[in-house]
Amino acid sequence: MSAYDLLIAPFQDYGFMRRALVACLCLALGAGPMGVFLMMRRMSLMGDALSHAVLPGAAIGYLIAGSLSLTAMGLGGLVAGLSVALLSGLVSRATVLQEDASFASFYLTSLALGVLIVSLRGSNIDLLHVLFGTILAIDNEALTLIGGITSITLVALAVIYRPLVAECFDPGFLRAVGGRGPLYHVAFLLLVVLNLVASFQALGTLMAVGLMMLPAAIAQLWARTLPGMLAVSAGTAFASGYIGLIASYHLELASGPTIIITASIFYGLSILVGPAGIARKYFPRPHLTG
Amino acid sequence: MGGQPAMSSGGIDLTNVTITYDRHPAVHHLSGRIEAGSLTAIAGPNGAGKSTLLKAIMGELKPAEGKIIKGFTASDIGYLPQAAEINRRFPISVLDTVMLGAWKRSGAFRAVGRQDMIKAGDALSAVGLEGFERRPVGSLSAGQFQRVLFARLLLQDAPLILLDEPFTAIDARTTRDLIDIVCRWHGEGRTVVAVLHDFDQVRAHFPQTLLIARELIAWGRTEEALSPANLLTARAMAERWDENAAICEPAA
Repeated sequence: MSAYDLLIAPFQDYGFMRRALVACLCLALGAGPMGVFLMMRRMSLMGDALSHAVLPGAAIGYLIAGSLSLTAMGLGGLVAGLSVALLSGLVSRATVLQEDASFASFYLTSLALGVLIVSLRGSNIDLLHVLFGTILAIDNEALTLIGGITSITLVALAVIYRPLVAECFDPGFLRAVGGRGPLYHVAFLLLVVLNLVASFQALGTLMAVGLMMLPAAIAQLWARTLPGMLAVSAGTAFASGYIGLIASYHLELASGPTIIITASIFYGLSILVGPAGIARKYFPRPHLTG
Repeated sequence: MGGQPAMSSGGIDLTNVTITYDRHPAVHHLSGRIEAGSLTAIAGPNGAGKSTLLKAIMGELKPAEGKIIKGFTASDIGYLPQAAEINRRFPISVLDTVMLGAWKRSGAFRAVGRQDMIKAGDALSAVGLEGFERRPVGSLSAGQFQRVLFARLLLQDAPLILLDEPFTAIDARTTRDLIDIVCRWHGEGRTVVAVLHDFDQVRAHFPQTLLIARELIAWGRTEEALSPANLLTARAMAERWDENAAICEPAA
């Protein structure tokens, strides 16, 4: 098998592979950087919780549209995810519960509700699709939605970059200078939910955060500056998508999980050999003079 | 930093201020005035309500009773909290941190002007951190990081500066450097209020002192406020709450 057969032919021969690849590129560019910010805000698990919270909305969209239409499910998911994010924020401000505790309660409710709604009408196949995604079934309509979300994410991130960095680094300072931190926090949560909706069809509700958090963790092991981390994160997310698609094609594996496993392998390697990883810890380079 | 004209407009008036946690007063019926252009230390034992009072002046806490009237707008205030809320592991450079001080002029979206860039460099050399511009803040020691925060305050160029325990865990030399900066602010006519627990520092450098032990003990010239009798009174404050305290009736 030539390198061409191995690396390029699958995409040349099949439209669904090309669309899947473009979807991976979009998700990588949008979700990768979002993951870095989530991790910097110590909200790694919050992304996971939010991705489950998207489910009941998507399920209701699915019931109304009657098929796996990404637009209907996306809209529903957006509403559900945002409601959970804002409600947990409200509850944590109004009661003694920390934000993670109220998040956990809300997303479990959401997940249960979502599975219940899907199983009410759909088949087990549909449930599987909702939970694990169907990246190879992405059509042009879905691709437009994903691309649109990525574009919005990149533009919005560029616009709110400074206040977002200030809010992550020193929220007290931003409050003191009247920088409207909560506003940017909500804008940021909105972007997270949007990106989760985008990855929803590709990777399903259970793994939607996969291309967000794994690349972000990898980026932290390699880069020392924020822009560096954002680039590494987007880059590894896309590499995982590409290699995962090829592997799933040749080895006849389910594509979504293969992509995530690829990212996991990158993560494992980074833990071993990354500049902030284990190898460097046990085999340190000689120290400098000053 | 550029010589600011004397900022005489507006001090801070505190009228019968009570600030509570869970209804228990942390600052109890405190009245007085911080004169514009003064250099005031808020001193007192642990749990005396020093930081609480500063936060209330800052506007972060709302008094349960009484009023704080400031001759300053929110953007006039430079505030250095006890460094609890800052995420030191965030991958941001020293220079970027200092440049956040230009927020009043740059805001969230506008470009940071060339002047502010130069000022940021000057501020860093003023705190003795030239050459640290590109270092990530995570690699700094506690004292170095405190100096970065002072540099940010320098750039903020605020007429009212509030410092909460600015010299905790900092070596003697750095403390001296930072106190010099505080004195310079005073010389430039800024109003400076600092929470301190080291009475010797207060005596040496702060002309005005507000001695507090939940209630106001003394407020005025430092040597009078920190008289042995006053310090004894302050020390006698019960640190724990009285769980069965009655409701505090307004004074007749």
